[in-house]
Amino acid sequence: MSAGRRVVVTGLGVIAPNGNGVAEFERALREGRSGLRHREDMQELGFGCQVAAVPEGVEALAERSFSAEELFAMNAIHRYAALVALEAWQDAGLARPDAADDRVDWDSGAILGTGIGGMDTIGDRVVPFVNGKKVRRLGSTAVEQVMASGVSARVSGLLALGNQVSTNSSACATGVEAIALGAERIAQGAAERMVCGGAEIATPYIWAGFDAMRVLSRRFNAAPEQASRPLSASAGGFVPGAGAGALLVESLDSARGRGARIYAELRGAAINCGGHRSGGSMTAPNPEGVRRCIRAAVAAAGIAPAEVQAISGHLTATAADPREVACWADALQRGPGDFPLITSTKSLIGHTLGAAGAIESVAALLMLQNGFVHASRNCEDLHPEIAPYADSVPHELHKAPELRLLMKAGFGFGDVNAALVLQKWED
Amino acid sequence: MDASDIQERVVKILTPYVKDQEALASVSAGTNILEDLKVNSARLVDVVLAFEDEFDIEIADEDVDAVNSVGDCVELIGKKLG
Repeated sequence: MSAGRRVVVTGLGVIAPNGNGVAEFERALREGRSGLRHREDMQELGFGCQVAAVPEGVEALAERSFSAEELFAMNAIHRYAALVALEAWQDAGLARPDAADDRVDWDSGAILGTGIGGMDTIGDRVVPFVNGKKVRRLGSTAVEQVMASGVSARVSGLLALGNQVSTNSSACATGVEAIALGAERIAQGAAERMVCGGAEIATPYIWAGFDAMRVLSRRFNAAPEQASRPLSASAGGFVPGAGAGALLVESLDSARGRGARIYAELRGAAINCGGHRSGGSMTAPNPEGVRRCIRAAVAAAGIAPAEVQAISGHLTATAADPREVACWADALQRGPGDFPLITSTKSLIGHTLGAAGAIESVAALLMLQNGFVHASRNCEDLHPEIAPYADSVPHELHKAPELRLLMKAGFGFGDVNAALVLQKWED
Repeated sequence: MDASDIQERVVKILTPYVKDQEALASVSAGTNILEDLKVNSARLVDVVLAFEDEFDIEIADEDVDAVNSVGDCVELIGKKLG
């Protein structure tokens, strides 16, 4: 980070539509495994898009990981966030505190975001109970389940976190933004360890608004694994997804002090907004904002743009993809023939909204650590404006033992942007 | 339904809310719900809703204010059942 202490990543946790847990998720990335499935509920409800990407087996995982007392008030988003936070914590070699132990870890915190939050609880319980004049029957849990901060607060209770515990929300930039915010806090010396990431649940109540906007993929309902088509000429919208990802972000001092395994150094991070000018709006990015965010992350990292070897793009499979690639090329001054490798994790897991930047950052760290770039599927027919960059797009698993510097970005509704520069850890 | 039947069902309902599961082994009428069983006080409203469902009764908010122990629950439910 440009100002302050060095920041590293020492733990990962993930619940993804194509695999739960870091080891399984890495296998899924290497295989190019798709988590996209046809959804009967969306078909019955008359959605244009009838494909979604939803993690499987989360309930069983939650029951194995938490007590009945802990699970009682945890709705789906609490379970997602808690599972990935706990995995990242333990993956970093940290012990899960006992619930009866009153000691608090004042140097550790969490920034765990969500794009929408506990919409299932609102739709399934709050609205029907209130309209049915059964307010009392809501019981004690509705508030903590629908308050946005519940996502991070629940985790603080499980891990006895005593530093900043916040839920950020910046639409589809949420996950990357959470990592950037946590990294900045550690660089400033205000915390030693931050659990950073995001979660988004699966419910038609979340997906409906996007379907009504006609920004979801609707031409591949009969071929669900082909429905998420980032970078493609036949991309026609994103596939909604759900899941969660978390990184244990830590000061290098702390990581070294306890002999932790280090995945990567967070060299630089940037967050900005396009101000809804020059084409930017609530639903579209100001390209100058995107370029400035990328450049600011590069500047914070103190690297030359020419050093960036791979990009994990935002790349949702909408009309914004060619504009995003043009922004990367402009910002890094890297044209066709000189462009970094670029891949879209959304081709495998759809768009997990507030979790996307977190899950995709987990993917980026696994690619860096293990020297590969996963296939960007469903873009054999590259968009004509992206076709000049064809050599940079892997359609199969791309082995990259030389991979050292990777950028990850997330861009969201509201014209908000966040970008990271990650460097493989080499002792 | 006698008091011991009611107590058995009360304890079963309380079980998932109990943080100190070991305290359940020695539960008696005098066991305090918040202090001995370490039930989160916010969850008492959920416990009361569960009593209502289990015994098909209605419990007013003011009735709940007088409930501290397992025995208090049994007495209140017994009264409602007549």
